[in-house]
Amino acid sequence: MTVREIFESMEYGPAPESTAEALAWLDRHGRRFAAEGAEIFETRNPATGALLAEVAQGSAADVDAAVAAARAAFPAWAATPGHQRARILYAMARLLQKHARTLAVLETLDTGKPIRESRDADLPLAARHFYYHAGMAQLMAEELPDRAPLGVCGQIIPWNFPLLMVAWKVAPALAMGNAVVLKPAEWTPLTALFFAELAAEAGLPEGVLAIVTGDGTTGAALAAHPGIDKVAFTGSTEVGRAIRGATAGQGKALTLELGGKSPFIVCGDADLDSAIEGLVDSIWFNGGQVCCAGSRLIVQEGIADAFHARLRKRMATLRVGDPLDKCIDLGAMADPAHRARVAAMVAETGGEVYAAPCPLPEGEAFMAPVLVTGLEPADPLMQEEIFGPVLVSTTFRTPGEAVQVANATRYGLAASVWTENVNVALDMAAKLAAGVVWVNGANMFDASAGFGGVKESGFGREGGWEGLRAYTKPAAGAPPLAVAAPVAAPAEPQAPELDRTAKFWIGGKQSRPDGGQSRAVWATDGRLLGHAGIGSRKDIRNAVEAARAAQPGWAAAGGALRAQVLYFLAENLSARGPEFAARLAEQTGAPLGAAAGEVEASLERLFTWAAWADKQDGAVKPVPGKVMAVALNQPAGVIGMALPDAPTLLGLVSCIVPALATGNACVAVASHAYPLIATEFCQILDTSDVPGGAVNMITGDPAALMPVLAQHADVETVWSFAGQDLSAAIETGAAGNLKRTWVPKGLDWTRSNAGDFLAAATEVKTVWLPYGA
Amino acid sequence: MTAHEKPTGTAVLPQPGHARNPGMPLDLDWVASARANSSAIARRAAQMPARRSLKGVHQAAWLARAVTLIDLTTLSGDDTPGRVRRLCAKARQPVRADLLEALGLPAITTGAVCVYHEMIAPAVEALKGSGIPVAAVSTGFPAGLSPFALRLKEIEASVAAGAEEIDIVISRRHVLTGNWQALYDETRAMRAACGAAHMKAILATGELGTLQNVARASLVAMMAGADFIKTSTGKESVNATLPVSLVMVRAIRAYRGTTGHKVGYKPAGGISKAKDALTYMALMKEELGDDWLRPDLFRFGASSLLGDIERQLEHHVTGAYSASWRHALG
Repeated sequence: MTVREIFESMEYGPAPESTAEALAWLDRHGRRFAAEGAEIFETRNPATGALLAEVAQGSAADVDAAVAAARAAFPAWAATPGHQRARILYAMARLLQKHARTLAVLETLDTGKPIRESRDADLPLAARHFYYHAGMAQLMAEELPDRAPLGVCGQIIPWNFPLLMVAWKVAPALAMGNAVVLKPAEWTPLTALFFAELAAEAGLPEGVLAIVTGDGTTGAALAAHPGIDKVAFTGSTEVGRAIRGATAGQGKALTLELGGKSPFIVCGDADLDSAIEGLVDSIWFNGGQVCCAGSRLIVQEGIADAFHARLRKRMATLRVGDPLDKCIDLGAMADPAHRARVAAMVAETGGEVYAAPCPLPEGEAFMAPVLVTGLEPADPLMQEEIFGPVLVSTTFRTPGEAVQVANATRYGLAASVWTENVNVALDMAAKLAAGVVWVNGANMFDASAGFGGVKESGFGREGGWEGLRAYTKPAAGAPPLAVAAPVAAPAEPQAPELDRTAKFWIGGKQSRPDGGQSRAVWATDGRLLGHAGIGSRKDIRNAVEAARAAQPGWAAAGGALRAQVLYFLAENLSARGPEFAARLAEQTGAPLGAAAGEVEASLERLFTWAAWADKQDGAVKPVPGKVMAVALNQPAGVIGMALPDAPTLLGLVSCIVPALATGNACVAVASHAYPLIATEFCQILDTSDVPGGAVNMITGDPAALMPVLAQHADVETVWSFAGQDLSAAIETGAAGNLKRTWVPKGLDWTRSNAGDFLAAATEVKTVWLPYGA
Repeated sequence: MTAHEKPTGTAVLPQPGHARNPGMPLDLDWVASARANSSAIARRAAQMPARRSLKGVHQAAWLARAVTLIDLTTLSGDDTPGRVRRLCAKARQPVRADLLEALGLPAITTGAVCVYHEMIAPAVEALKGSGIPVAAVSTGFPAGLSPFALRLKEIEASVAAGAEEIDIVISRRHVLTGNWQALYDETRAMRAACGAAHMKAILATGELGTLQNVARASLVAMMAGADFIKTSTGKESVNATLPVSLVMVRAIRAYRGTTGHKVGYKPAGGISKAKDALTYMALMKEELGDDWLRPDLFRFGASSLLGDIERQLEHHVTGAYSASWRHALG
């Protein structure tokens, strides 16, 4: 093309980034990252199909060796002063910046993502994550004195943001003093390998960080390895579920950042042109291969046709092409096989498909952006994560309906809301079931702001102070949970003076066990104290229904009102204090003085949680630019819990009341050994203005009841403090809807453990509010 | 006079590829519904330079095109006929002939020369036969606060003096007080006063306070019959910016979508680098299409931009960085 011709045609031309440095790095390694004789796989450039390098297929022995090295390195690293760790993380950040261009090109070669994105998004965000967490290492001793590193973390990351996910996983783990074994995705291992060199250059001691390349079998071996203390996974919901199942009962900490089908809501009063650019940044960022992509357009009915028409025009001006070209918007998809899968999903839809008439380059991994309209909410394309440049669309009539449609999904990662009405925007932001909500924006990230999902998008947050919880544990050890067996029937039972029938408390009403069965509860001196119902699946079902119905109202009541109710609860318990002391003594055999002490401690605990009810502040995160990133603590929802056997009353109060204080409803399974304390306590709840359904109490065998709760799709979180170790059954059951679980082996009931309970009872939702006149 | 008629005795306007915008009745509902979310617009604007990149021959061709889009401007209190003649000579030959030859390009000129009323006559004289129109700033430029009747008379006088393009300034106070009817009526009267001369409506966006005001003022100016909407006089403390440009070109797109009429865009003030010019041109191509990369629908209001483009073009030809003294003064 001559200047003259272009002067007339005014076309864009090629603007390729140089690959020289990135290829030179690969060549220095002989295009091979594997020991001699090791099993290898190939990593290719999806845009051209060209072989980039051969990489080791990590074996079980490789995982063993890496974990052993990490275990050996961990104690010294954990003991390294925070300032020293901060220096090393700071050096990593600087080195990422110094090699930014080479890394960006390498990332684009390996993933097919546009160089503009790897240069302007992946690399700066990765460096920022190390800077931020260098600061966290520096501050840990002073600001988190009661937290300690977990140990060795096994981290498994996806192919869509290979280096950025290294940063998100490695930076907080190392900052808090953990050792790491990380497995990058099979399609995209190269930047993680480059990073390993930088880590060594930064002075990270040997063994503290290991990169083990390989496919899913390598990842599975890592997750299941007995030598690791924590698994952090980012990837598909399917694999996340498998990891939850595989690690069930192993006592490993777990965080999962999984799939999404994030809603992108456009109200009629929005700046529609800006909303369309928001979609470009959302569903066509990295070709839609983003877990938080705004893949479900939900647009107000009155403007839908006009909006779709403008959107189609915009789609036609997107440029699909060579990922190394600085002048393109969509590169290659990560692998030809992935492209084929996405295309097949689109081919099967009954909706109206618009594929933008963008010229596509040669190659098997390129796909034009697609809009599918005319779909009903139940359509598979509206429900399933596509993970490609495919936007599906439906309509709403009212803000309430928009939220309803948005929340009608298994996922809950992110959401975008577009409206010029701040009242509507904040109302929707509060109601959307998502870990991140962007108002008039999309895909905004910062190391200081938590990112992560709810529902089947996983659990745990990355970024911010809340993200550190994923890589720390309480520094103080905890005594093991008490195990108590029910008092056995005496040889010569004594009849009670008057029959005592303890019922369940469900939805604010006393109810008999659905199975119609009870068991006798004996005092230690052989007296029959009464009968406790034997709960069944159906009782759990009824209790969860009641809790689900009660929770929104209880949450909406607000912290100040909840605090009043909890103080009133303390008042009413105090009025029956001597009676409860006597009941504790006769059931558990504790001396009366000790029992009276437990009642006093329970009153104090109630005060603690009444105090917390209106004091769990959120935060405004110092993200760059004119944006308020507000971290809200929202109730988890319905919490299922097995109460501890001992201390029976204090334990009960210590578990139920934090759930109530933070606006949750709960389904509690009473101590199997001493159920009548719990049933009596329900009478106090009943007389203390606790709304019906906010607490539901079932007695019976936790080993039978807790798996039902763990499997229940309408329960958000399950805790177990039962003396029997139910962690395997609970964590296995929880894999179904990927609910959070808390199944500690021990807890110090003399302390409120407020930080742990607050975190377990709430979800941090980050609401991004950009502003400007 | 219909859109295609030309006033007798004046040069042909540059490539009139479309019918003039006749305007339309003021549609207050439409004006009220205009939205401009400034933070989202700022993000899009920040991405623009990174999303499109031009290298090598493409960069050279686009820069040569940029030259043809410049309203070469002098708006100073010390302007003299001699100064204006020098500027007009530069407009006729904005790029050294040897550079154009090396690039394989024909002779090119700037889009127009833009002056105050008193400088129209020497400019018309100096540009005779070149086909380059003279644009005059008018209506009490830059503040627009002289008596309304005089503002109209000023337009008529400038047209009579041979200006083919009139850059009017709108009354900012009507925007700031939401008096859209008054803004429409004034601008409509100015358009009538322009007759066959093309009217560029300067919104003085740096004084409108919000992007939403920019969006609404853009619509009202187009409804009143503006041929171009223009950002700034160059005298406000904030002149052309990418966010403001996004809002205005989106308004142009919306107006075209509803009425079918094409309205031109002229960012003015503060665009002095070749790289910035390319960003603005990419913005036009992306948001409005290739028609807006021609002088009948897009102009730069600039004085120092040309010098940077000349240096870049020489760099393209020789491979060595250039210096300002190697190019003729404007």
